[in-house]
Amino acid sequence: MLDSAPSIYLRIENLWKNFGDFTALRGISLDVIEGEFLCFLGPSGCGKTTLLRAIAGLDLQTSGKVEQAGVDVSNFPPAERNFGIVFQSYALFPNLTIEKNIAYGLENAKRPKSEVKARVAELLELVGLPEQGKKYPAQLSGGQQQRIALARAIATKPGLLLLDEPLSALDAKVRIFLRHEIKDLQRKLGITTVMVTHDQEEALSMADRIVVMNHGTIEQVGTPLEIYRNPASLFVADFIGAMNQLPAEAHGNSVKIGSVKLECDNNELSGKIIVTIRPEDVLPVETEGANTVKANIKSMEFLGSFFRAELANTELGDVAFSADFSINAVRRLGLEEGTSLFVQLPSERLKTFPEAG
Amino acid sequence: MRGPLVKPKLGRDDWAQRSFMLVIGLYLIVALALPLYVMLSKAFTIYHFDLRQYEVQVSDESGNFGETLTLSSHNMRPSPSVVEDLSTNTNGRLGIAQFFPDFSFRSPVNYRFRGVTPSAVYLIGSERNSGPDWVELDSNTFRRVVLRPVSERGLTNFKTYFSTPALFQSVQNSLLIAVIVTVITVSLAFWFAYALARSKMHLKGVFRMVAMMPILVPSLLPGIALLYLFSPRQGMLKALMFGHDINGPIGIVIGSVFFTFPHAMIIISTALSISDARLFEASESLKASRWRTFWTVTIPGARYGLFSAAFVVFNLVITDFGLPKVIGGNFNMLAVDIYKQVIGQQNFEMGAVVSIVLLVPALLAFGIDRRMQKKQVALLTSRSVVFEPKPNKPMDWFFFGYASFVAIFIVGIIAVCQFAALIKQWPYNLSLSLKNYDFSRMDGGGWGSYTNSLLLAILTAIIGTVVVFLGAYMVEKTKGFEKGRAIFQGLAMLPMAIPGMVLGIAYIFYFNNPSNPLNFIYGTMIILVVSTVTHFYTVSHLTAVTALKQMDTEFESVSQSLKQPFYKLFWRVTVPVSLPAILNISIYLFVNAMTTVSAVVFLYSTDTALASVAVLNMNDAGDIAPAAAMGMMIFYTNAGARILHALLSKGILARSNAWRKSG
Repeated sequence: MLDSAPSIYLRIENLWKNFGDFTALRGISLDVIEGEFLCFLGPSGCGKTTLLRAIAGLDLQTSGKVEQAGVDVSNFPPAERNFGIVFQSYALFPNLTIEKNIAYGLENAKRPKSEVKARVAELLELVGLPEQGKKYPAQLSGGQQQRIALARAIATKPGLLLLDEPLSALDAKVRIFLRHEIKDLQRKLGITTVMVTHDQEEALSMADRIVVMNHGTIEQVGTPLEIYRNPASLFVADFIGAMNQLPAEAHGNSVKIGSVKLECDNNELSGKIIVTIRPEDVLPVETEGANTVKANIKSMEFLGSFFRAELANTELGDVAFSADFSINAVRRLGLEEGTSLFVQLPSERLKTFPEAG
Repeated sequence: MRGPLVKPKLGRDDWAQRSFMLVIGLYLIVALALPLYVMLSKAFTIYHFDLRQYEVQVSDESGNFGETLTLSSHNMRPSPSVVEDLSTNTNGRLGIAQFFPDFSFRSPVNYRFRGVTPSAVYLIGSERNSGPDWVELDSNTFRRVVLRPVSERGLTNFKTYFSTPALFQSVQNSLLIAVIVTVITVSLAFWFAYALARSKMHLKGVFRMVAMMPILVPSLLPGIALLYLFSPRQGMLKALMFGHDINGPIGIVIGSVFFTFPHAMIIISTALSISDARLFEASESLKASRWRTFWTVTIPGARYGLFSAAFVVFNLVITDFGLPKVIGGNFNMLAVDIYKQVIGQQNFEMGAVVSIVLLVPALLAFGIDRRMQKKQVALLTSRSVVFEPKPNKPMDWFFFGYASFVAIFIVGIIAVCQFAALIKQWPYNLSLSLKNYDFSRMDGGGWGSYTNSLLLAILTAIIGTVVVFLGAYMVEKTKGFEKGRAIFQGLAMLPMAIPGMVLGIAYIFYFNNPSNPLNFIYGTMIILVVSTVTHFYTVSHLTAVTALKQMDTEFESVSQSLKQPFYKLFWRVTVPVSLPAILNISIYLFVNAMTTVSAVVFLYSTDTALASVAVLNMNDAGDIAPAAAMGMMIFYTNAGARILHALLSKGILARSNAWRKSG
């Protein structure tokens, strides 16, 4: 997908940001590759928006360096940088027509009016709203307004596109549709893009790489699959997708959860640890075998394409954990609340982390 | 390890914005902070004649000079002292011949006179002298020697104030009147606003309009109407006074209720209109009686509005000058005392002291009101449901009767003035004529004062709106420079707490000083515009800030990212979107510039006489009917301006209908 020798477009080095006594960014360093779609993902207050605004120069970092296309722009005002930005609120100028909103950054003495007009028409076409130029923002739907905001941001062909929670204000269906639109557009234009979001699904489906942030630090950088499959920390494991956490004790490749001993392929820790497994990796089996435990179904929740079952097992200690069962499996095994069954916790799916704190 | 701190590189916009803010900040410092500072220091300045600083030798008839004695010892010699009290004010002069019991201007005795220190100043005739060189004078010249006072800092002025019952009495009078008016106005305004918000009575639009009428006239106009109605000699309804004199507390109270009513009504109306309808439904579903609902839902919901209205009314009454001047009689009020001290007695220091005394309750009321307003906002949630009253025949008619009573009071006062203005000569010749509008035959500046007022109002509206809106924009929409912005915001809030009289006297002290480079604006239209803009700065500023706050905070970010200068966004988006607020600010400034008396009464000159002041002066001179006519001129003008404003606003809203409807 990316070149064998990717060139770095944006380089962030040891960025710190303080608001009074509060430290919002703690020594962030990050490289953004030319042409990639990068997502900052994290809970609210993790510093992702602060980082984006520092990159834009809207709120300068307290210390640290931002280098864009080889130029140190650390202390530049926004107008001297090279980016387009889209906000959650769209920030379309309400008293200007759609055309004039898009043309806002294009108008200057050097550029002839006909050229501006042609570019506006081209952009309207690009975002799929060719007929709407004469309308005012308030006359469009939220999704349409966001596409206009996008057109305005890329009108001047900036080197960097910044998206600050661009889809959060929209309803679910429009959001999913726009995910694809934005992603397609980004691919077509090949513009380096950084998006801030708190929605993991959005990040997983759109990003080439995800930067997971927490408490002003980067927890992990990786492709969506890497982040999902190999979370680098308990925080990432817990934040992305659903994850069972079982306190255990480790001895080489075997871990003891409660009074149950299980094989665990990738463990490198010893002593008190946390063993994790995703609910969809917990398999219902008919007979006892390797890495199986007996469990009782406390409750079952139907989630459309599968059931999520809350399981309890006294041998594992006093912990509840959940498992996702396909509709087929539920029918085949006759599972319902109160049923006892064997579940397998495959040894290659168990991941171990040091105890939190 | 952290790297070095990043220092922002300032772009062109940053420099431009900072210089703008500096200019407007400087305006507030020069037009507000410095004059107030000078006034404060004046109040603590005391003047006295320092007799120890002067020495005299007296010759005998043949010209042999005797021993050198200070004036102070001359003063002691004929016991008791010739002059006991040596305190005075800036303009004090003290003749010295009185210290010599044997003095005769015909005697051949000569005198040698000198100041011991260079600061010892004295006048010979009108010629200024000082310093330790002996001056020899014959008797005839010696009698023309007068001493000038020296100044020092101290609390003596305050001691004098509080130990002079005639002055101190005003504090009690002002507080008493303010409290009485506050209780009456807030009660009247509450039920009026309640009728508008919670009943289905008829003619609500008319009542709302009538309630706002007092804002269009100077506060002293009801005084004139009350004189016509109840004056002990010629009042139309003097029998209703049962022998009491309308001149004095009664007149002040009635007139004050008139001119404070709309202010209280607006605040309480707002408070009532934001109460949540769901609370009433909940109360009803719990089978609470109307009475109980009123006390548990209505009153608590409106309480901050009620408090706020009370403090605003209190502040208006205690700082008002025009009304007690016209109808106060011998009943002294603080604001009038300032005028009397400064204009009547030329005692500027005492004027400053009274100003500070007046500043205390005004500042307190202002501070409490600000807190209330903040809490009121917190009550409003975006989920509140607007209350829709249900018809209730007896209640609706009761409220209709009540609102009519208030409306008749307001319209009546203005109608009496109109009547007075059109009658040839009350009470002897009741035929109608326009001769009272022939202002050229009266004192007060004639029609020139009206055109001056109109000019002042237009200039104030234009310049004030530009300054206020730019200032609010800089505070609200720029980044960085936090300390500067905080100071600016503080300065912008200050004028609301400063009574007009205090601002006026502060301007005299500051701008009338010949060593001030801005001295040239004294006595011109410029100082009137500056003082009026400053006097009404706060409300305009808050209006602008509110409008700007409603705008998306990211407009500036987007514009910067598109590399456009800030003034392009300002012109093309910020101003058009804020146009309704901008119009509101200009009409507010216009109307107030037409009606204000307090600050400008100290600052106008013969070339810049104003209509509102002319009303005062004609009334003082006994030309009450022309005073009423001039008052009505102000009313017509303001009413016309309001209509124009309404039409303009409507036009703008219609034109921007396409984009103003929420998406």
